[in-house]
Amino acid sequence: MLEIRHLRKVYEGTGRSVEAIRDIDFTLAQGELVCLVGPSGCGKTTLLKCVAGLLRPSAGSVLLDGSPVTGPRPGLAIVFQEYGRSLYPWLRVGDNVELPLRHRKGLSRTERRTRAAEALATVGLAEAGRAYPWELSGGMQQRVAIARALAYRPEVLLMDEPFAAVDAQTRADLEDLVRRLWTERGMTVLFVTHDIDEAVYLGERVLVLSRSPTVVLEQIEVGLPVRRDQLTTRADPEFTRLRTRVLERIRGTVPDAAARDQ
Amino acid sequence: MSGAGVRAALRMGGALLLVVGLPAVLVTVWWFASAGSTSFYEPPLHRIVSTFGRVWTPERLRTDVLPSVLRLLGGYALAGAAGVGCGVLLGSYRTARAVAEPVLELFRAVPPPVLVPVIMLFAGIGDTMKVVVIAFGCFWPVLLNTVEGVRAVDQVADETARCYGVRGGRRLLRLVLPSAGPQIMAGLRQALSIGIILMVISEMFAASSGIGFTVVEFQRSFAIPEMWTGILVLGLLGVVLSLLFRLVEQRVLGWYHGLRGARREGGGGHA
Repeated sequence: MLEIRHLRKVYEGTGRSVEAIRDIDFTLAQGELVCLVGPSGCGKTTLLKCVAGLLRPSAGSVLLDGSPVTGPRPGLAIVFQEYGRSLYPWLRVGDNVELPLRHRKGLSRTERRTRAAEALATVGLAEAGRAYPWELSGGMQQRVAIARALAYRPEVLLMDEPFAAVDAQTRADLEDLVRRLWTERGMTVLFVTHDIDEAVYLGERVLVLSRSPTVVLEQIEVGLPVRRDQLTTRADPEFTRLRTRVLERIRGTVPDAAARDQ
Repeated sequence: MSGAGVRAALRMGGALLLVVGLPAVLVTVWWFASAGSTSFYEPPLHRIVSTFGRVWTPERLRTDVLPSVLRLLGGYALAGAAGVGCGVLLGSYRTARAVAEPVLELFRAVPPPVLVPVIMLFAGIGDTMKVVVIAFGCFWPVLLNTVEGVRAVDQVADETARCYGVRGGRRLLRLVLPSAGPQIMAGLRQALSIGIILMVISEMFAASSGIGFTVVEFQRSFAIPEMWTGILVLGLLGVVLSLLFRLVEQRVLGWYHGLRGARREGGGGHA
């Protein structure tokens, strides 16, 4: 279980401070897939870095299974938006995937290899281990980054706008990959995006964030079936209803939607 | 031979022509322009060439060229290790940089040849002095480039390492050094040419062997064609070392050239 308790982040600059996140408070149950959606520059990445222990929050706390996250820790893995910078161009694909496993105690060389190969096969890149990342397309590189996270076997997978830089078709494929991995592996996934359709298509629950300084505007349960696909799910009236509601919330045309719903 | 084979051979021939074309032209010009020279100090090239084989016997290669090369390699290796080591340290810690910067600027501004007499006082006139002079000169480009390379480690790459618990020595080996690799190699390349210069200069001061020593000896005894052959040897040595360096660089930075090629082709990194 992942708990974010009244998280606040203020960047202290010289002479002025910028409040990026005002107050964010939510909980992810074990095995849940939650999407965070908000306008560009709303502190989504800041939030995710605080959750991952890469940034220290100014106030509040992050708890993973009850124990506070004060720095990077084994239970958490991130897939970054910038796959080209997150994968190391001097390492082959297989070595990139193996890198986080190298300091795992009690994991032999063979086990490490097997795990990496398995993870690559899961994302459909069984043959790519010997290639360099830059020899692959953008979509394939992001698959490698996902495989690296899978091989690490985290309890919680954090994804920071992972598909923002790939084309629409590749993006649809990668979204389906995330859904498939989530249903097969039962991981807890926190998926950050600025794309409303993506958030509704992927999430079991969508948290709508405000502009910076960020607060959670609304939590929306997504009542779509577990099995989703790009054609029928996106044509589902429920899908349309949900995306309209999220959009209205972000645009602010129904400022007290939450009140009206009760 | 197939059509593709012929084309490949033509391409190789073209590439070869590009590499050796200008040197061939220059040598030809020198050859004919100096052919009728009666000047004592500028002998015709054909006389220099015919002297070459007589002067640079296997015996002399062993007694003069080999010691020079060994001193150069010794000083160069020392500078490389120290430069990368200190560079990683200074590049990683802002405080270390702030403390060391003024001193470094001072030392860097000192032209290494000036230090030859000073280092002679400490290290004598033997091989140690020459190795120290070479190392001192080669150290700076390696150091400064390493510092810049280490400081430029990509933020996302670094956060990836932190997120996945890649720390300490493993972070150094898998992230910092490879990432700074292109810059470090650029520093080592500059250092190589500086090293050759200092090798010659240090041998001109006080020495009993070496290429620099030989050139000065010939000059003092008015053996002018022989002196010219020494300069040719230095030029050839420079070419050979730079070719070797390029071979090593292509091996070490294979990924870098591949990455740049991929970016040029399709704005790589996009789907």
